[in-house]
Amino acid sequence: MTIQTPLGRASLRRRNFLVSAAAVAGGFSLGMRLPVGDGPAHAAQVKELNAWVVIHPDDKVVIRIARSEMGQGTLTGLCQLVAEELECDWKNVTWEYPTPGENLKRNRVWKNFSTGGSRGIRESQQYVREGGAMARQMLIAAAAADWKVPASECTASNSVISHPSGKKTTFGAVAAAAAQLEPPKEVKLKDPKGWKIAGKPVNRLDTVDKVTGKQIYGIDLTLPGMLVATVRACPVIGGKLKSFDAGRVEKMPGVKKVFAIDGNAVIVVADTYWNARTALAALPTEWDVGKLGEVQTETINAMLKEGLTATEAFVGNKVGDARTAIDGAAKKVEATYSFPYQHHVTMEPMNATARYTPEQCEVWCGTQNGEAAMAAASEASGLPVAQCDVHKLLLGGGFGRRGRADYVRQAVLAAKQLPGTPVKLIWSREEDMTHCQYHPTTMCKLTGGLDAQGNLVGLHMRISGQSILASLLPQNLQNGMDPVMFQGLAASGVEAAYGYTVPNLLIDHAMRNPHITAGFWRGVNTNQNAVYMESFMDELAEAAGQDPLAFRLKILKPKWADVLKAAADKAGYGKPLPAGHFHGIAQVMGYGSYVAGVAEVSVSADGMLKIHKITAATNCGHVVNPAQIERQVAGSFAYGLSAALYGEITVKDGAVEQTNFDSYNMLRIDEMPKVETVLVPTHDFWGGVGEPTIAVAAPAVLNAIAKATGKRVRNLPLMHHELKKGA
Amino acid sequence: MAVLNVNGKSMNFTADPRTPLLWVLREQLGLTGTKYGCGIAQCGSCTVLIDGVATRSCQVPLNSVGNRKVMTIEALAASGTLTKLQEAWVKLDVPQCGYCQSGMVMAATALLAAKPQPTDADIDAAMTNICRCGTYQQVREAIHAAAKA
Repeated sequence: MTIQTPLGRASLRRRNFLVSAAAVAGGFSLGMRLPVGDGPAHAAQVKELNAWVVIHPDDKVVIRIARSEMGQGTLTGLCQLVAEELECDWKNVTWEYPTPGENLKRNRVWKNFSTGGSRGIRESQQYVREGGAMARQMLIAAAAADWKVPASECTASNSVISHPSGKKTTFGAVAAAAAQLEPPKEVKLKDPKGWKIAGKPVNRLDTVDKVTGKQIYGIDLTLPGMLVATVRACPVIGGKLKSFDAGRVEKMPGVKKVFAIDGNAVIVVADTYWNARTALAALPTEWDVGKLGEVQTETINAMLKEGLTATEAFVGNKVGDARTAIDGAAKKVEATYSFPYQHHVTMEPMNATARYTPEQCEVWCGTQNGEAAMAAASEASGLPVAQCDVHKLLLGGGFGRRGRADYVRQAVLAAKQLPGTPVKLIWSREEDMTHCQYHPTTMCKLTGGLDAQGNLVGLHMRISGQSILASLLPQNLQNGMDPVMFQGLAASGVEAAYGYTVPNLLIDHAMRNPHITAGFWRGVNTNQNAVYMESFMDELAEAAGQDPLAFRLKILKPKWADVLKAAADKAGYGKPLPAGHFHGIAQVMGYGSYVAGVAEVSVSADGMLKIHKITAATNCGHVVNPAQIERQVAGSFAYGLSAALYGEITVKDGAVEQTNFDSYNMLRIDEMPKVETVLVPTHDFWGGVGEPTIAVAAPAVLNAIAKATGKRVRNLPLMHHELKKGA
Repeated sequence: MAVLNVNGKSMNFTADPRTPLLWVLREQLGLTGTKYGCGIAQCGSCTVLIDGVATRSCQVPLNSVGNRKVMTIEALAASGTLTKLQEAWVKLDVPQCGYCQSGMVMAATALLAAKPQPTDADIDAAMTNICRCGTYQQVREAIHAAAKA
């Protein structure tokens, strides 16, 4: 089928390049790993079976994965799915990333590189499984041809092909012959009920190097002759650079070049990061921030508050006539909530390495979207995209932040100043903290009407605040409306539908967009929407004099109700708890999955909150790796509770006030509750896992706090609230 | 010319004496297993052992190290064999993105050296490293598992 693949040649080229890099490092060689996973030892000599599968004569299987690995386990999960259909021995599996440039050359054979929205597995499972199945059929066909028996009489298992006559051979022995065959036109995928590798809690493929310090992240990359740069952009997002005095720092140790980019940032290139950083700190800069310098958190909040009662709003979900129903209700409940800006805080600060020549631009970086990074490289370099490529490395955290390519653009602009020299651009944590695409800020006013029996007869949810699409992807707005605002609240659909049946419902959004850039932050808009809706459900239940679980189950649709019941059952909801402990519950549908959480908390007499335990249920349809799902669910609480307890970005004179971890705190091990994960898969759909559960973390805890203290916290983060009785 | 005792070897190199140990390790010595996370000794990604004490190397100037012994993550399995703690880490599949894990492993190595059978409270007190992926539950399990091994 193939001659030597372009990817094989590319791998060889990179390999030689990096081996020489390790040699240059001299006595401190660290067994540097290729930034292409466990790159095949003889990639150039071994023909692929197809884009997904390469099998070496020694039976080693290289599976190519286009989606990015940032800790979420997608890499291992996708490899499991390919290996399942391939029928190879899991012990033989290694992996590598194709580059977006190779994808472009091969007519996007690997399809989408973008890794966000918990889509990594659910949106690529079909074609990666087909890739594995096709490769298996080709291997069987090659063995059958050699044995002169019908392929239909042969079977494959554990990298061995067998025939009833007793003949046996290995994948490695027939791979070269199989690679010459035409791929089958059609393949039949296995019934998940018969899975042997997929669906099992196998260990990750990328663990050992992360435990020995050998894993090379973007920030660790070294190339021959490489220089290191660091950047300071205008502290007010949208402001401009007025002046800078390069002469003051050009003679400082190690400094190679000082220049401005994009009219809004200064870059220092030096021999080391530390020298670049030291010089940048000494570089006098003046900024022009104009009217943006007058923006404060208070002015943003006033803007949002106005939207809570504005006449004009985009309607996201409407049933019956909510306003009339509420006006005529026996009892009316009203509450206003708010949710601040938040930062992703990937542990690895933004960075990228670029090398520019007039003929070629190459980038090495951690990115959630290799193709977007390549497009940014093309735009910044001025070279056609066919002359650019991106070599992906594992990400030291993504959480949505590395879906953007702003840091790639800056690295390429820096490299363009020094043609032929690789330049690694590293953001300081301070730069990272102050130049994010932040989780947007919103407020929400909820009004509900109950009849005399305590039934919910009408509900109006007015969201006011920032749209991510307006900030990043205005072309995706629909007649001005941002449909993503209604995640978890949508009228229908398989992605993020509202689970309650309310006879009269209105959910609408008054868009108010401050100048702070908003972006996709793990869980995105399900996070605040679930805080608003699930907290208010408890408020309604209380007004109705009903238990919050019973109140919900009366109006929840079956799949939403089932997962909530599973969490409640496992947590022992309704049964006696230790003295002073209280349960709070929450549920949501997001990213194609149904999730629910039960938080068990206590609040001491002096107001100290302790989150003892979380019980979380997930129905993600098919389960590819239960151990990784458990880790994503537990991690979702670390992430969601960090935000609920501490997450708040504030604005002063137009600039973000928080600069590092001393002013932006996060949950540590002593505050991490025990998380028990309950998987209740119904095996009838493919849902996402990395994000949905974050949304239930905060409301479950807030509902438990209300039970424990009688205090209803409606404005996050929790650190601003005194939970002591009587305070 | 500066000299440091790193991972049992005497290392000679050139750097400004005020350079943080973190950046000397990463840039002068090529030991990139020690990570930069915050630069203000908050997150623990840069944790190394100095004379056996878990230390955040981003706040240690080069000229304060003297002849004390610096140990980085790269030294743990230098012989080709994982330590008991690393084995537990691998078996329990602790890392997610992995970026904070060098610091976690070094902090836990110091903890087990000081307290071979740590309690949960000991772990809470010693393991103040930040992990954004949320591996805390597995970190705790791995430390207990290594203590029992």
